[in-house]
Amino acid sequence: MSSINLDQLDNMHFDVLREIGNIGAGNATTALSQLINTKIDMNVPKVELLEFKDISEIVGGAESLVVGILLTLEGDIDGMMMFMLEQSSAHHLVNVLLGKELDNFEDFTEMDLSALNEIGNIIAGAYLSSLSSLTNLRITASIPYMSIDMAGAILSVPAIEFGKIGDKALLIQSQFGEDETEVNGYFILIPSLESYNKILSSIGM
Amino acid sequence: MSEMIKVGMADLNVCECPNALTTLGLGSCVGIALYDPTTKVSGMVHVMLPDSTKIKKNENIAKFADTGIDALINKMVALGAKRNRLVSKIAGGAQMFAFSSNNDMLRIGERNIEASKLKLKELGIRILAEDTGLNYGRTIEFYSETGQLLIKSVGKEVKII
Repeated sequence: MSSINLDQLDNMHFDVLREIGNIGAGNATTALSQLINTKIDMNVPKVELLEFKDISEIVGGAESLVVGILLTLEGDIDGMMMFMLEQSSAHHLVNVLLGKELDNFEDFTEMDLSALNEIGNIIAGAYLSSLSSLTNLRITASIPYMSIDMAGAILSVPAIEFGKIGDKALLIQSQFGEDETEVNGYFILIPSLESYNKILSSIGM
Repeated sequence: MSEMIKVGMADLNVCECPNALTTLGLGSCVGIALYDPTTKVSGMVHVMLPDSTKIKKNENIAKFADTGIDALINKMVALGAKRNRLVSKIAGGAQMFAFSSNNDMLRIGERNIEASKLKLKELGIRILAEDTGLNYGRTIEFYSETGQLLIKSVGKEVKII
């Protein structure tokens, strides 16, 4: 097994990683859709090698207000899994889930936050368990940690992890959206560099 | 009309009066603004990590507190700033997620602040003001005309230090 250099990934690698994102995010989107009993579409995942200054652009700019739910990964794969929602989508989700008025966009209550955390937990779990069965690798996730803030500030946390090994970050990013685009968000899988090796070799690359 | 110059993550830039420098959505990273009050030459660096000597791949000098500050000063001197007149204002270094474990990577904001302060102290650059730590993101703007650092955060009043 040769070690990956982020700058030397070929199309084949990107295809495989995109497929992993597809399967993981597909399961997670299904879980989310069942949770709120609504059809949710998912876009084809993007696998991108980004410079740090461009990272926050993927979710609508460094200053856009988002809810970020982060889980750290351990086991055979380490890294982070991030689930990001636009703030209005997060409101919509908790409103549906908790049976509130759909146009309730007041501050999040403790109950709302706890519901969001649980949503993060369930759908990240769905993503990771499909990744785990696909690769036959053991993945344990931490409890979900949540932050409601500017996208740039939230993404600085995984970006710093990549900063330790290089000047770019490789993200497997999937966007999902409900029919009337009321629930929009992103799953971002951020394995450590060694974990990319393990993922790719586990499926015979 | 003055210009607002952007500084990205792991990036640095300098400007002259009356222009301003900004960096958006600082989280655990630290934004360091340096200023020569006489010539009004200003600089800003957005550092992600505390120490370049701990990391093998360290070509991007703006990424680290130690090398980033050095590089910024060199650029400012080239623009007419005097080393011994420089003063600083710093912001950022938040802990964005309330992690319960004491995993090293999760205290990175704190370590970034410590390293930045240490480097500034070594260089004999005074820190006039700071807005660091806590758990929220910041967008900062530094105005070369006044030497003021403006800090915007979600759900908080704009702060000027």
